[in-house]
Amino acid sequence: MRVQLFVTCLVDLLQPSVGERTVALLERLGCEVAFPPGQTCCGQPAANSGYPADARRVAERFLDTFGPTEGPIVAPFGSCVHMVRHAYPRLFADDPERAALAAALGERTFDLPAFVVRELGRADVGGRYPGEGETPVAYHHECHMLRGLGSAEPPLSLLGGVEGCRIVETEKADLCCGFGGTFALKLPDVSVAMADEKLDRARAAGAEAIVSTDVGCLMHLEGRARRRGLDLRVHHLVDLLEPDGRL
Amino acid sequence: MTPRVIHEPRAEPHPAVTANLHVAAGNWAARHDRVRANTDWEALRERGREIRDDAIANLPELIDALEARVTEAGGRVHRAGTAAEACAQVVAICRERGATRAVKAKSMLTEEIGLNDALAAAGVDAVETDLGEYIVQALGDRPSHLLAPAVHLSAGQVAELFERESGRPFDPEDTQALVAYARGVLRERFLAAEVGITGVNLAVAETGTLILVESEGNIRLSTGLPRVHVAVMGIEKVVRDWAGAAHLMQLLPLAAHGVPAPASLSLVTGPARDGDDGPEELHVVLVDDGRSALRGTEYESALHCIRCGACLYACPVYRQIGGHAYGSTYSGPIGAVLTPALEQGAQGSDELPWLSSLCGACAETCPVKIPLDDQLVSLRADGARRHPRRAEAALFSAWARLWSRPGGYRATAATAGKALGPLWGRLARAATGDGWDARAPFPFSRWTDGRDVRAPDPEPFHARWRRRRG
Repeated sequence: MRVQLFVTCLVDLLQPSVGERTVALLERLGCEVAFPPGQTCCGQPAANSGYPADARRVAERFLDTFGPTEGPIVAPFGSCVHMVRHAYPRLFADDPERAALAAALGERTFDLPAFVVRELGRADVGGRYPGEGETPVAYHHECHMLRGLGSAEPPLSLLGGVEGCRIVETEKADLCCGFGGTFALKLPDVSVAMADEKLDRARAAGAEAIVSTDVGCLMHLEGRARRRGLDLRVHHLVDLLEPDGRL
Repeated sequence: MTPRVIHEPRAEPHPAVTANLHVAAGNWAARHDRVRANTDWEALRERGREIRDDAIANLPELIDALEARVTEAGGRVHRAGTAAEACAQVVAICRERGATRAVKAKSMLTEEIGLNDALAAAGVDAVETDLGEYIVQALGDRPSHLLAPAVHLSAGQVAELFERESGRPFDPEDTQALVAYARGVLRERFLAAEVGITGVNLAVAETGTLILVESEGNIRLSTGLPRVHVAVMGIEKVVRDWAGAAHLMQLLPLAAHGVPAPASLSLVTGPARDGDDGPEELHVVLVDDGRSALRGTEYESALHCIRCGACLYACPVYRQIGGHAYGSTYSGPIGAVLTPALEQGAQGSDELPWLSSLCGACAETCPVKIPLDDQLVSLRADGARRHPRRAEAALFSAWARLWSRPGGYRATAATAGKALGPLWGRLARAATGDGWDARAPFPFSRWTDGRDVRAPDPEPFHARWRRRRG
């Protein structure tokens, strides 16, 4: 199956290894991965900050880039997929042609875990958590993937297939970690207090690592854990799905 | 100007409040999980949405029907366009009857219109009779939650207040003694009151019946003991018929407390008939105060709200800052939508939609499916138009110009990775050398005040792909 990779701007600029591992995983599962070079960002930072016209300009770039392609569009970042699926129809409400294109693209745009589990039918792709024994890990649900896309099970299913770790239940696992894109800069103190609640709950559950699919949440949680000097590792799910267990 | 906005939002973590709130929100969440597990919650919500949608879509017709039925039942209906008109009508009702002592049952609408101040100015001594509301009133405080007005206070603070009031000691652990004291004080007030002032949870247009929900019994006393009952309601509280009302009366306690029925329901259809117990007069004050203007706009569905308070407990930001931080009668996600929508951004209310991480927990929880997260996003755009922030607007405009073109994006990426990388490193005074920085230049310093930050990768994915597969 030919798959279009939408790598997303935060992965591209901050954690390109997540993009490379996404490609490696998809290829291991038999997909041919194409990477349309014209892609930039989904436009969400402007949309959520009250600048829909600016968001539209960037969203039009997404439509121009992926419109002419075929096959599923896969992103290692649920929030950007939610933007395409949920916000684009609203953003282009007064432009029927682009709204129709956005709706068509939305139907074939997937977050990575949902694509692997639901479209490829692979509930378990293996993977190896490094180290001895079974490391207890907490899964942090990315809000837009959990609530916006309804993808609660696919990431847990994939994480469940990783050897060398076990998932610990944390209280209020669905609570936002406080990243929220520009929210983290707008209300930094509240954002950090939310991270602390998340980190403390993970530690209370005995977790030694937190796993998620949103490099924004991950940078926020890891950055806070580092600042507090907590012994808590933070991973993107795809980092754990490598068969040889190297991080 | 309306008293709906008390001060500009002050969003900061509030550890003392948070400690109390996390307990209350945790209890709520556990019950809410059971509701989701044990009911066909999605179907109940959808039916709730339909009922509220019908009510608001047909509001003028239903309000007319309600007025006709209330009048037929012997009540009097007063229509108030503004908060000031509503207060004047209630004050006039008291004055015309020479009433100086009133009991009030919990009502967010009367908070919204500033009724207590208006009554005090007119020489009417109005005491709040809901326990939490009595406490915040006695402290000169305000409610911090739609249903749990004193959720920000601890039992210790309440015991202190009662000690000051009564001159005798209270043990904060002995909640029964605290409740008994308040009951004793309030009972005297109920017996002495000439007017009982309440809100309304729902009004049934087909019979002119007001539905009031409570758990303490103070509403039953406020509507039953005084000679005059004044019910103040927002026009949006109307529903077409009993089938709809019955469903919402199931949905409200499920969403609010995770229980299938309220502790007590009062159904008021007109004043007492001949020979019955109850008030001789019933007055219904229908308050618009900006509500009609929301019909036909993107925010119309905010009028569907049944004030269950679920979105407050579900909101991770509300959990950290508490209700008072919003500076508005209505706090939490619904307040962050309703207040700027009703105020059209006036009085600093355009700042309220920023008190959200847009996690969507509010919309997911809402029993009548108000798309609160989408409305928060739209209100931010309204706010940017009404109160431009020039530097930010220029930044996003420049960003959109660059990132709408592949060349512009790649140039930024290259700058971020190569040029800005070392520059960032120089500016970041405590670069750690492992791809993370402890300090960053403004505006990213707002991030690094509390968190380390990843430095931009020297070789972004685009470049890696070109190098390996290009």
